[in-house]
Amino acid sequence: MTEVAMTPTQTRSNLGRAIAIALLCIAVYIGLVVTLADEYLHADLSLGLPLAVRTLIAVFGGLIGAIIFLAGDDLGGSLSNVKLLFGIAVCFLVLGTYFGLFVAPPERFMGEVQRIMYVHVPTAWNGLLALTFAFACAILFLFKGDWKWDALMEGSIEVGVVLGFLLCCQGAIWAKPTWGVWWDWDPRLTTTAVLIFAFLGILALRKFVDDPVKRGIWSSVATIIAYVDVPIVYFSVRWWNSLHQLQSNPNTVSEPFWIPLRANAFGILFLMTAFILLRARVSKLRLENELAPPPLLEAELGEAV
Amino acid sequence: MLTAALRKEMLLQWRTRAQMMAVFVFGAAALLLFSFAVGPVAEALRLYSAGFLWLGLLLSSTLTLAESYHAEMENRALEGLLLLPANPRALYYGKAIANWIQLVILGMALVPVMVILYDAGTMRIPELFVVVALGAAGLSAPGTLYAAMTAQVRSKQTLLPLLLFPLIVPALLASVKATSLIILGDPMGQLKSWISLLIAFDAIYWSLCGLLFGRVVEE
Repeated sequence: MTEVAMTPTQTRSNLGRAIAIALLCIAVYIGLVVTLADEYLHADLSLGLPLAVRTLIAVFGGLIGAIIFLAGDDLGGSLSNVKLLFGIAVCFLVLGTYFGLFVAPPERFMGEVQRIMYVHVPTAWNGLLALTFAFACAILFLFKGDWKWDALMEGSIEVGVVLGFLLCCQGAIWAKPTWGVWWDWDPRLTTTAVLIFAFLGILALRKFVDDPVKRGIWSSVATIIAYVDVPIVYFSVRWWNSLHQLQSNPNTVSEPFWIPLRANAFGILFLMTAFILLRARVSKLRLENELAPPPLLEAELGEAV
Repeated sequence: MLTAALRKEMLLQWRTRAQMMAVFVFGAAALLLFSFAVGPVAEALRLYSAGFLWLGLLLSSTLTLAESYHAEMENRALEGLLLLPANPRALYYGKAIANWIQLVILGMALVPVMVILYDAGTMRIPELFVVVALGAAGLSAPGTLYAAMTAQVRSKQTLLPLLLFPLIVPALLASVKATSLIILGDPMGQLKSWISLLIAFDAIYWSLCGLLFGRVVEE
């Protein structure tokens, strides 16, 4: 038996994976463990870091960690990464749901209905992150031409659209008792709706183009164009009409509300990463199937032998 | 190079002017139909006239944009054009400018129809022309790029609006708002900010789509 030597690419991807896991662990520690310990054990695990720095580390650690994890995956046959991510995601979501439904106190003005924010806000963050990742994949595909980015782009657009759709549903459920209407023409709501349609259009384009090269390039171009549109749509609708409450930040949300919010944010982040990886594998297999030469008939094979 | 491409497009449009006429009739018919959605309430029709004008123009634009690659798709003429020692960017800008001119003419032709049907008269014609020109530019830049893709696939008539409509929301919103301010009066002086939004949208998409067009048509 000979030992299989690692290629430089494999070493690099393992290093990337180690960095990504380290970043995610730091983000979870700073974002969740510190707050949990502070709230329930009255222990200060914050390592003396001020709140603003902790928030930044948690947000960017999670974000960059997830992106490196996605980009470093080789989309091979092994599903160990995906299974691991699903497992962690379920743990976080169970924790977040438990704290959100049973532990966190109801909000003073909005009451029980406010609990939907523990899913709504993390969905919004992760949906935007998925589409941002799709944008990055589109640029990488156009410049590098590696099919991996095409597969990851398809995966992240689909996951982003699903999260966007969930976001609109949750928003409507929240808006009916709070604002008295299902839908309102507020900038973020309208932008999300426009975003869903823009990216659905790109998914439709992918279905209609048979040539894989054209499909990859065209959908990358369309993704770049649609993503650039997001801030313009947001600001134009904001000038047009506004009612949504201002974005929350740790200073406007009191500590007991953080735990379910952050646990769910991490849970959905891991779930999203797992789904993107899984979907990208499907897309890669389909592409390989399309590019493969037609199988030889058995008769021809027999003649050749 | 750009002038040659533009000359080719304008010549083609002049030779197919019957199609332009048909699109105008389509837009005017759309304006007529919109008034049935509101009912014969003069006040409401006047209030929504700017929105109807731009929706009419948007619907007509999908027809002209989808048709604009018709000549290139016949006998694989696009490949021939790309074989010329010409920059694909010049081809794009030639076509986008031609589409833009066509949409401005169409928009200005639909204005009298709007004035008559909805009693939405205004004396601020130069401002209205500027808004129509900027709004049409916002439709034609991404529209020309997307039409280059959709012209080459099956069910192009469905795909172009699907891609274009969500994208041009800011341009549509700003154009409707600006036109409405021109027709109904502008006591708060908001017209300038909507026009600057339109200019920003046009600047972004005229440059971005020009940059990306080369990748769309390359073989």
